[in-house]
Amino acid sequence: MRTKSIWLRGLVTLAAASALVTTVPTSVAPAGAVSPTTTLKVALVAPSAVNDLAFTQSMVAALDSLKTSYHLQISISDNEYVVSDAANLIRQYAASGYNLVIAHGSQYGSILQALAPKFRKVSFAWGTAGSTFRQPNIYAYQANSNEGGYVQGYMAGMLSKSHVIGVIGPIDVGDAQLYVDGFKAGVLAQDPKATVHVSFTGSFSDVSLMASAAKAYVADGADVLTGSSQSVVGAIGIAKADKVAWFGTQWSQASLAPSEVVSSQIYNWAPVLEQIITGIRAGKLGGATYTISLGNNGEKIAFNPKYPLPANVKAAAKKVISEIVDGTLTVAQ
Amino acid sequence: MSAFFTYAILTATIASAIQYATPFLLAALGETLGQRSGVLNLGVDGIMLMGAFSCYYVALQTGSDLLGILVGIGVGAVLGLITAFMSVTLRAQQGISGIGVYIFGLGLSDLLFVRFVGTPLPVNPLPAVNIPLLSKIPAVGRMFFQQNLLIYLAFVLVPALAFVLYHTNFGTKVLAVGENPAAADSVGISVTRTRYVTVVLGCTMAGLAGATLLLLDGIFQENLTQSAGFIAVALVYFGAWRPAGVMTGSLLYGVVTAVVLQWKSLGIIPTSAADLAATAPAVITVLALVALAGRFKQPAALGKPYVRGA
Repeated sequence: MRTKSIWLRGLVTLAAASALVTTVPTSVAPAGAVSPTTTLKVALVAPSAVNDLAFTQSMVAALDSLKTSYHLQISISDNEYVVSDAANLIRQYAASGYNLVIAHGSQYGSILQALAPKFRKVSFAWGTAGSTFRQPNIYAYQANSNEGGYVQGYMAGMLSKSHVIGVIGPIDVGDAQLYVDGFKAGVLAQDPKATVHVSFTGSFSDVSLMASAAKAYVADGADVLTGSSQSVVGAIGIAKADKVAWFGTQWSQASLAPSEVVSSQIYNWAPVLEQIITGIRAGKLGGATYTISLGNNGEKIAFNPKYPLPANVKAAAKKVISEIVDGTLTVAQ
Repeated sequence: MSAFFTYAILTATIASAIQYATPFLLAALGETLGQRSGVLNLGVDGIMLMGAFSCYYVALQTGSDLLGILVGIGVGAVLGLITAFMSVTLRAQQGISGIGVYIFGLGLSDLLFVRFVGTPLPVNPLPAVNIPLLSKIPAVGRMFFQQNLLIYLAFVLVPALAFVLYHTNFGTKVLAVGENPAAADSVGISVTRTRYVTVVLGCTMAGLAGATLLLLDGIFQENLTQSAGFIAVALVYFGAWRPAGVMTGSLLYGVVTAVVLQWKSLGIIPTSAADLAATAPAVITVLALVALAGRFKQPAALGKPYVRGA
């Protein structure tokens, strides 16, 4: 009897709710809004593999974490390092009814700039970058990677015995440039006499070139290395072979060299995606830039438990993190 | 610039130059052998790529660089048989069939890499082997005698190949087939067999060159060689089909590559000019080729399929 009553009440509630759903939302939601329970079709076009232990993996992990709670249907095209191929894919996704197309790479900006006016009902997002090109259907996202870079640079300054440190970037744009600048500033804040070699390979995907640069730095006496982008795996291999310390960024790289990776700055794009998805569901398809940082938990420093990091270095790093988070310390961009 | 002219940096640069020269040297020595018998193989780059990928994949799966090297060599030999079959047995136009092998190697290595690996994971680079006593010599030891075994092997192959070509019965046959196959045939030398042997050996060395390139940094990526095989073919012309000349060209290429990389690393070359600077080794090789053009005579039968009685 009790069960029957619950069923009856449930049916009445459901009917009432259905009536509300069919009458109320259409009158208040902005044009183009997508209901919170409607499946949102999201496409990700990324320059490297979904398991690259860096840039692409950080975005894939964030999308996966939101998949159920935000009702996302996700399609991923990885290893699209040829920009012209990526352009065709992005166009294809936009024309195929996707609500959001994420072009995950600084190199894809001009593609979105050209496509966005042709697909006004589709929301595009790209990063790391600050510009939406003044388009109402482009979101941009960026990472204050200089913050984590500074923290790790500070540790590098404490760990280096040769006082020679090598920093390798892909192309001097976006979060890679910020990370490199922040890292160098962190080293010099701790050890003003240190020599910090910096170079950019000119490619986001050339793992071999980055390995060669790492090798050159080790030969020049560097005992601490770091690098940014999905092309760092070769350089980490060199760090492992030559037993020099490595600082990672974008994703945890400890699995590649458990004894050499000191820590990694990990990106969590979920806060950015949440804002973008909420915006789309409310009918706002772009026109905003979102940022992850140490302060909003979009970035965190993951210490590698297998690396024998001296307690004073770890304590100093934590102090720098808290100073950045509370605003006592500002890392220049 | 002053940062470059220090003891540590200069010795490191020369040591790197020798490493960078080695894959070119191995591939170019193999190509020299084939061209001296009259077979032009433009598929060297594709074979290097297949040698590099197979070495990488086996090393990644087994953890054994040695096994990877052996498989890389084996793959080179198999592709050598295919190349010889097209060039010698089918008498295909050698330039075109070579480009076919190159495209095949480029595409297949890329496909296999994406399908079976995806994210490039590092394997252990080949460790340096210090030569007793010699490695202790200041500067010289660091530059020349603290290298890996494949590098020593490559440089040992230079006099070895010269000896084989100029002081053995087999070498005499190779030179005869490359200069005048009809005359060689008339005295009982099998042109087909000789060319098969040189092409397969040459491609085996290209496979080894790919494995060597791979194990310098321990990482594979799409188009890892970046046309190194074509540079190797050019170095054969640069070296006037002589092992010592080929070695000189390879070292020149290695030195320019290492210097450019070192200058980039030290910030001597600004980032904005880095891409332009990266072309320097190829540009210098082309200039050297132009300067040497016409001074040496190529094997008379180079690129010409042999047809008895034709």
